[in-house]
Amino acid sequence: MNMITRNIQKHAASLLKAETVDVFIGFKAGSFPMSAAPVIIKNPEQAQALIWDSNCRLNLANYLTNRTDKIGIVAKGCDSRSIVNHIIENKITRDQLHIIGVPCSGMVDKTKIASEFTDEITELREQEDSLVIKAGSETRILAKGEFLRSNCLSCTHRNPVLYDQLAADLVTEPVIENQFADVDKIESLSRDEKWLYFDDLIQNCIRCYACRNSCPLCFCPTCFVDESNPQWVGKGIDSTDVRTFHFLRAYHCAGRCTDCGACVEACPMDINVRDFTRKLNKDVLDMYGWEAGLDIKKRPPLDTFNPNDPDEYIK
Amino acid sequence: MAEKQIKIVAFLCNWCSYGAADLAGVSRMQYSTDIRVIRVPCSGRIDAKLILSAFREGADGVWVSGCHPGECHYLEGNYYARRKFILMGNLMEHMGIDKDRLHFSWISSAEATKFAKVAQEVADTIVPMGPSDRFVKRAV
Repeated sequence: MNMITRNIQKHAASLLKAETVDVFIGFKAGSFPMSAAPVIIKNPEQAQALIWDSNCRLNLANYLTNRTDKIGIVAKGCDSRSIVNHIIENKITRDQLHIIGVPCSGMVDKTKIASEFTDEITELREQEDSLVIKAGSETRILAKGEFLRSNCLSCTHRNPVLYDQLAADLVTEPVIENQFADVDKIESLSRDEKWLYFDDLIQNCIRCYACRNSCPLCFCPTCFVDESNPQWVGKGIDSTDVRTFHFLRAYHCAGRCTDCGACVEACPMDINVRDFTRKLNKDVLDMYGWEAGLDIKKRPPLDTFNPNDPDEYIK
Repeated sequence: MAEKQIKIVAFLCNWCSYGAADLAGVSRMQYSTDIRVIRVPCSGRIDAKLILSAFREGADGVWVSGCHPGECHYLEGNYYARRKFILMGNLMEHMGIDKDRLHFSWISSAEATKFAKVAQEVADTIVPMGPSDRFVKRAV
């Protein structure tokens, strides 16, 4: 058991025992290798089910929406930024929360790892900075740093921005020369190539809405995809409808997305849906100097304005 | 069969650009006939969903026009709109849709001449591009 897991279990048990919180939200081991599942526990005995490893890819802020009880929650950098978003958007209050911050060393990309092996992976263990992986009869050691998710590779907020207690020492934030190299790559394509790039990207989309459901930002009582009068987007996998869905889903995250990668993690078809939201993240940073979820006192960019905002594009 | 007529959907703010269109009309100013006007309460009311709907239903271009910054009937609707539009336009371009199919302008209700001029400019940009073939669900 690693040090962070031990600390999380200890903190969770004592918070529940002291009744500082009514529930505690964390991760438990998933039912497959290379997976971790969100769990909500209610008594101190259950705390031993909690874990922390490099598979805690989902965003726990998603489970806070509109809760009325007192909550203890585990938060890595991106989760804590999503919690800040939730507080700004009045989905939860700061007083209700006791946040156990986890400085994050990045989560691993399960698809990238799986592609290294021909057999199905049956076990993944972590030893410091390496991953010990069993697949079929083979056991191999991989360097964790080479198998991080792409959003973890471009992350500059590994430390939680809002927390009450820490489960480990803070880590040094990496300095990344160009955080948006992936967006620049798409931007360098011609218009037709861009169209084909996204056509190709979403051709496997089955419209299961896992990306929407796993996203802590998607909490509208009725999602636009479920509205029928007017119907903004058709239900099937018609290519225009799929594109409309992804366009609007991303657009609704403008200035709010923390690039936590929960959408990509949840996608059963391995679609890098971040390609849509990344462009918006880049634009709000360039134009409004904004990165989502860093300050509970600041209003998000689409909820405020500046009389001197750029408007050269307007006649 | 006759060639498809180009259709440009214009979302005009009730308090300014719509008035300008009215004034242009009573002043007998000439501008392109490819424009179809939809009156909206404020340019701040324009959502990405409305613009996409227009394209999905077969519009070949969309033009949104509201009050000059600082002159919004609701004080600040157009300031919010300005932030939304630029992000939306950029995302459309990013996904491979020609930004020139989407136009924005600020026209006050006294600026009938500007209205006619911009209407003509919008049409002159979009008509030569021909019918839109991206994001079209049902062309009408």
